[in-house]
Amino acid sequence: MRVSLFVTCLVDQLYPQVGLSAVKVLRKLGVSVDFDRRQTCCGQPAFNTGYADEARHVARYMLALYGDGDQPIVVPSGSCAAMIKVFAPGLWPEGSPERKSAERLAARTYEFSDFIVSVLGCERTGARFSETVTYHDSCHLLRELHISEQPRKLIRRVDGIDFREMENSTRCCGFGGTFAVKFADISSAMGEEKIRWIQGSGARYVVGNDVSCLMHLDGLLRRQSIPVKTLHLAELLAKFDD
Amino acid sequence: MIEIRPQIRSALSDSQLQKNLRVTLGKTATARQQVIAEVANWEELRRHAHQVKAHTISRLGEYLQQLEKNVMAQGGNVVWADAGREALDYIFQLALKKDIRKVVKSKSMLGEEIRLNEELERNGIEPIETDLGEYIVQLGHEHPSHIVMPALHKSKEQVAALFVEKLGMTPTDDCEKITATARRTLRQHFLSARMGITGVNFGIAETGTIVVVENEGNARLSVSVPEVHVAIMGLEKVIPRAADLSVFLKLLTRNATAQKISTYVNLINGNRRPGELDGPSEFHLVLVDNGRTRILADEFLRQTLYCIRCGACLDVCPVYQTIGGHAYHSTYQGPIGAILTPQLLSVEEAPEHPFASSLCGACYEICPVKIEIPHILLKLREKVQDQKSARASRLPLERWGLQAWSWIMTSPGRYAVTNRIARTLARMFARKGRNRMPPLSAWTKSRELPELAPKTFRELFKEEGRES
Repeated sequence: MRVSLFVTCLVDQLYPQVGLSAVKVLRKLGVSVDFDRRQTCCGQPAFNTGYADEARHVARYMLALYGDGDQPIVVPSGSCAAMIKVFAPGLWPEGSPERKSAERLAARTYEFSDFIVSVLGCERTGARFSETVTYHDSCHLLRELHISEQPRKLIRRVDGIDFREMENSTRCCGFGGTFAVKFADISSAMGEEKIRWIQGSGARYVVGNDVSCLMHLDGLLRRQSIPVKTLHLAELLAKFDD
Repeated sequence: MIEIRPQIRSALSDSQLQKNLRVTLGKTATARQQVIAEVANWEELRRHAHQVKAHTISRLGEYLQQLEKNVMAQGGNVVWADAGREALDYIFQLALKKDIRKVVKSKSMLGEEIRLNEELERNGIEPIETDLGEYIVQLGHEHPSHIVMPALHKSKEQVAALFVEKLGMTPTDDCEKITATARRTLRQHFLSARMGITGVNFGIAETGTIVVVENEGNARLSVSVPEVHVAIMGLEKVIPRAADLSVFLKLLTRNATAQKISTYVNLINGNRRPGELDGPSEFHLVLVDNGRTRILADEFLRQTLYCIRCGACLDVCPVYQTIGGHAYHSTYQGPIGAILTPQLLSVEEAPEHPFASSLCGACYEICPVKIEIPHILLKLREKVQDQKSARASRLPLERWGLQAWSWIMTSPGRYAVTNRIARTLARMFARKGRNRMPPLSAWTKSRELPELAPKTFRELFKEEGRES
């Protein structure tokens, strides 16, 4: 199987190791990975802030780029995948060519963990990680894409792992896109609350599928010198010898 | 213009409020989960309720007329008020005509919306809130901080102190003694007030029945002791059939207060008939629009009117849990407030409300009538930005920024160049320790910035990512 990786702008700019890990894991599972160097962003920052024209502009670029091919597109982010799968089609009126094209793109776009479990039918990547780990359900992944079991299955099958569910794993971490800076105080307070639940689990690592949530949590954790590390699911699953 | 921002800091630093929010909302959440789990077809009920609401709202005029006809057939009087003002004027005139100087009120969010208490007072009529929470809020000269639990922001101790001050209660922290004090005082008001005003949870078109759901018996006293009963009802509260009530009641009481059924469910069919022992001699139903038909105009946004005011979206909202209700500065708080306020007023009046959310979607998950609150928030954000551009009273920096961003994001060349510039700037800022100055301070006040990766993914993929 051959897929195209939509790596997301944040991963490209700030967390390239997440993208590399996703590539490594997919290849291990026998998937060939293409990366179109012309890709940029899904349009979410504008869309979530109410700038529909600007979001449409970027989303149209995405449509032109991925066109009407049939290769699955894999996205290592719940919220970017939700943008493509749930929101982007709605940027155009029903029945319009762009809407149809966006719907086709939506249908062949998969969030990373969902692709591995639901499409490849795989739960074990051969990763080994002898640590205590908890999992944070990111909101768009959970409530827009309804994905919660897939990442957990993958985490549980990592060799040596001590997986500990935290209480309130589905509670928002407070990132929320531009909300994080528009309402920084609320955002941070929500993050601190989330961190208390993470700490309550006793885990040393918090795993998530969205680098945006993890960036926010990691920023708070480091500022407060709390010895909990954030880890993207792809990074966890890539912890095997080449 | 209503703003949320100025209240945030004080809400966050109010440790008593933070404690009250945590304790009360935590208890409600656990209890709610239990009573919902008992209903095997809960999801089916939600879908059904959504459909009933969608149907009713699409034929609102028809059902309201049916309700009017059936209420009048039972001897009630029905009044239509386009704006809150008209409803208030009708109530004042009625009180004036009968020389009524005191009114007992049961809980009504619509009453809050049209500022009934303030307006009654201004017209020389004394309003007495008889729901305990509302009474506490009234005594403290405050507004409700939650649509179901109005005094949620107050602890037992704070209430006791208030009663000592306002009602001369002997200091105590015994809840029974505190409530008994309120009960004694309120009984006297029930006996002396000649008008009772209630809200309406449901108005059944088919039977002309007004349904008032409560737990303290205060609404029942308000509609049975005084000689006049005035029910104020938002247009959207009509339901077609008596049979629909069973579904809505099940959803409402479980979601609102984690009860299988509330202590009292009052079904009121007009005023006292000849031969009946109690009930008011007059019944007036005031149907209030106050911005609701405007919401009806938009086919997507109109689901806002499906709300049955259970308040569960407030309880599960991490933003509400963090700042409480008063910070919203509006009649309706939390997620439903964030979508209702800008629509009942205007997006110009409440431009911050749609943005005061992380769009986590917990509200939609709990909503008994499946209102897509996060998606409505997004739509309203769009309206706010459109309205801002049209007005352009100040430099539209954010729009320019996002226009530039969309220009960059639609070209690999521009993306690459911007990326290089941004990286250079970021390194410079980091070196000079300017990370904590605006605009970065919005992030760095409480959070570290992510460390800049030496190379981007596309660079690394080119170097080492190729298929081996």
